[in-house]
Amino acid sequence: MVITGSQMDNALIIDRLYKTFGQDILKMDSGADILTVTVSHPVIHEVIRLLKEDDVLGFTMLTDLCGIHYPDRGLPLGVVYHLHNLVENVRIRIKTFVTKAEPSISTVTDLFSAANWMERETYDFYGILFTGHPNLKRILNVEYMDFFPLRKEYPLEDPTREDKDNRFFGR
Amino acid sequence: MENNIKTYNKVDPPEGYSAPGIFATTFDRVVGLARKNSLWPLPFATSCCGIEFMATMGAHYDLGRFGAERLSFSPRQADLLMVMGTIAKKMAPVIQQVYIQMAEPRWVLAVGACASSGGIFDTYSVLQGIDRVVPVDVYVPGCPPRPEQIIDGFMKIQDLVGNESLRRRYSDEYKELLSSYGILL
Repeated sequence: MVITGSQMDNALIIDRLYKTFGQDILKMDSGADILTVTVSHPVIHEVIRLLKEDDVLGFTMLTDLCGIHYPDRGLPLGVVYHLHNLVENVRIRIKTFVTKAEPSISTVTDLFSAANWMERETYDFYGILFTGHPNLKRILNVEYMDFFPLRKEYPLEDPTREDKDNRFFGR
Repeated sequence: MENNIKTYNKVDPPEGYSAPGIFATTFDRVVGLARKNSLWPLPFATSCCGIEFMATMGAHYDLGRFGAERLSFSPRQADLLMVMGTIAKKMAPVIQQVYIQMAEPRWVLAVGACASSGGIFDTYSVLQGIDRVVPVDVYVPGCPPRPEQIIDGFMKIQDLVGNESLRRRYSDEYKELLSSYGILL
């Protein structure tokens, strides 16, 4: 099988995104691997919609959606979207960041059904609220958990926890 | 034809008094003898300890030698709950439900470090030992334990079963133990 080179280069994608969103594009980076675009969070739904529904861009598959936490940054909580154009075999990564005080972001479940469980997982571990999600509740952790375990804000071991029996661990 | 005579393994008779034609012993001992040599285990295998259990059930180690050939995949008919593997906190109510569905008398064997204490998974999502949700009779250490160790644990269970008083399950201590786990009789 011959793998043909992509007809769609980064310049074209960048051009189309800038034309529509201009100010809301905070950062572009194509150095490391795939094109990575950081956008402000109010427009994330429209960015994903454009990438999916635009005739030229055609990123019709949501490969991954996940959360991330950079505790030292001004906007610490992030959501990362990986999209794939299956026709041209081109991938793109979209990032957006919110504050911890108001971690709300628009859902993309209306565009990609695959986002349903992935957004629930992101909520489960990072506490990011996806407004408009049809069923935003914990998916992997126990329902009664009252914290978001993958936020980088906990000591490695909590000395006050009571569900660990020290006798079994030689301490 | 003498070469074709087969020998069978038999369990030893319990303590008692024998005379020609009679044998007298206590009812507890007879029932215990029958129970301990025909335990029906329910394998609750969630990870690598379960793989060791598969070896234990296989021809080489053969748990069937101890009368435990018949695995019960329904808790209703099981005598012994064998929990083998890491139990996530989300799985804890399932373990307890399975235990509740088992008929008395019932025993629990925690196989491996995870089932006994959470093991290396000292983390937010893992139950730190199944004895937080059900009473455990015997703990088998190891990560994972070898089949010999599982058999050793099983034989310890057999000792408990064989020597258990028929009144134990009606005792106040036993009822208190179960109610401390929130299990109602």
